[in-house]
Amino acid sequence: MTLAAPEGNLIELRGVRFRRGNFRVFDGLDMAIPKGKVTAVMGPSGTGKTTLLRLITGQLKPDAGSVRVGEYEVPSLSLSRLYEMRRQMGMLFQNGALLTDFSVFENVAFPLREHTRLPDRLIRHIVLTKLHAVGLRGAAELFPGELSGGMNRRVALARAIVMDPDILIYDEPFVGLDPISMGVIVRLIRRLNDALGLTSVVVSHDVRELELVADHSFLLAEGRVVASGAHRELMDEDSPLVRQFMHGEADGPVAYHFPAKDYGDDLFDRGQGPR
Amino acid sequence: MGLIREIGATLVAFLRALGSMAIFLGRLIIYAPAGLLRFRLVVQQVHNTGSLSLAIIMLSGFFVGLVLGLQGFDLLRRFNSENVLGGAVALGLIKELGPVVTALLFAGRAGTALASEIGLMKATDQLSAMEMMAVDPMKRVVLPRFLGGVIAMPFLVAIFTAIGIFGAWMIGVAWMGVDPGVFWSQMQSLVSMDDVREGIFKSIVFGVAASLVAVYEGYTAWPTAEGVGRATTRTVVITAVSVLILDYMITAALL
Ligand SMILES: Nc1ncnc2c1ncn2[C@@H]1O[C@H](COP(=O)(O)OP(=O)(O)OP(=O)(O)O)[C@@H](O)[C@H]1O
Ligand SMILES: [Mg+2]
Repeated sequence: MTLAAPEGNLIELRGVRFRRGNFRVFDGLDMAIPKGKVTAVMGPSGTGKTTLLRLITGQLKPDAGSVRVGEYEVPSLSLSRLYEMRRQMGMLFQNGALLTDFSVFENVAFPLREHTRLPDRLIRHIVLTKLHAVGLRGAAELFPGELSGGMNRRVALARAIVMDPDILIYDEPFVGLDPISMGVIVRLIRRLNDALGLTSVVVSHDVRELELVADHSFLLAEGRVVASGAHRELMDEDSPLVRQFMHGEADGPVAYHFPAKDYGDDLFDRGQGPR
Repeated sequence: MGLIREIGATLVAFLRALGSMAIFLGRLIIYAPAGLLRFRLVVQQVHNTGSLSLAIIMLSGFFVGLVLGLQGFDLLRRFNSENVLGGAVALGLIKELGPVVTALLFAGRAGTALASEIGLMKATDQLSAMEMMAVDPMKRVVLPRFLGGVIAMPFLVAIFTAIGIFGAWMIGVAWMGVDPGVFWSQMQSLVSMDDVREGIFKSIVFGVAASLVAVYEGYTAWPTAEGVGRATTRTVVITAVSVLILDYMITAALL
């Protein structure tokens, strides 16, 4: 099996339900991610963006519904099939998740050393090329502890593309970056997507940065997709919920609070709340 | 009623932990042949765990030997049999103190390091990142550390025992004036091959137990700073208790 799916949608979620304890994270989620594009997934904190990525990569299984990636039906894959699929994916974790006892060079070389028998000279060539692409060739001999947060993430990005994946997934790539690193990452996402012919999925709540890279956007809230379309269109959309999120208004239909019992009851410890 | 229920709950929790640890061990054993093929990773871990514990084990072995020499000499002198000091100390070290004390020291030094290392890798998403790179952390991270501990333990026990005997020699022969020839020949005639085998068997069993507890606690740690801290504490406590229980069971079975 490969990711070489029929043209159109590379990743497709249909009627996905997923719960964490009593909390329904997804309740009938439908989403189709087009091939070759940069797709943004937005949503307030705690709506399940990271959970969505874990469902796509098979780290979690949905309670119901289907998750298709290329020709793979993710929830029913065996472990070896799952690893076969992941070899064609790269993922950038929120904090980089570099291996702390390996140097930057060895971090990027790690997938090559694990999955290929390439000679050292070739590995060196590939790794330095990828590090150069993220502007960190000079940091090859440093260790993750010696890097700033932004540099960490760029190394992780180099590592994510070292096996030349077909899908690249970013979890909150903009959080905690200074404006310069932010601009660098934004341009990298675009450039990698177009130069390597990738399909990119970017999870974030930075509406402004996404505007610069996203071809297509989804807005998640309350367990489902509440809006989708070209990023510009979403910016201009009139529905109160979409406007609230896209323009950062505090008041609106999206609940800012995690479901809780009545505030007064909670403070004065009266009666039993809903949960 | 409440007390019985509490004891019952504790027992159930204990059995459940034992069960999931057994399943974990089963997975490691199934993976073991593949792990041994990547021998370089294992050798690296033998070196890691070995060098972590070596200094503390040598130091402790020496002082345990000194104490055994003093106490043994004092006791045996009352029966006018200082001559068997070498044999008595060697027997105690080879069959009991060597394996048991080494395992306890191993848990405190290498075991805690293993548990916190693996736990921290989990808490910082390094294990998830490996899974995403299609690398199984059980095979790449947990298995080499487990095998490294299992292989290192018998050597550490041997070193502890040898240095302990040397400590007793210093007290008995160099200080108290026991005849060196008698010291060694008594040891040779008193210690049988079965005793040595018992010691080796124990050191292997304890090596498996101590390494298993450490990697299990690290791998199943709650992925927070507090969770990792708790995993290291549990590693020491669980290893100590299970080594002492296993020691009794093996000793009783072999007697
Ligand atoms: N391990 C877990 N155990 C229980 N509940 C969890 C767990 N992980 C996440 N959740 C719950 O699932 C929901 C979705 O979490 P998720 O991490 O996917 O949110 P998110 O959209 O990525 O948020 P953020 O933008 O803050 O990263 C949250 O409400 C959270 O409480
Ligand atoms: Mg998240």
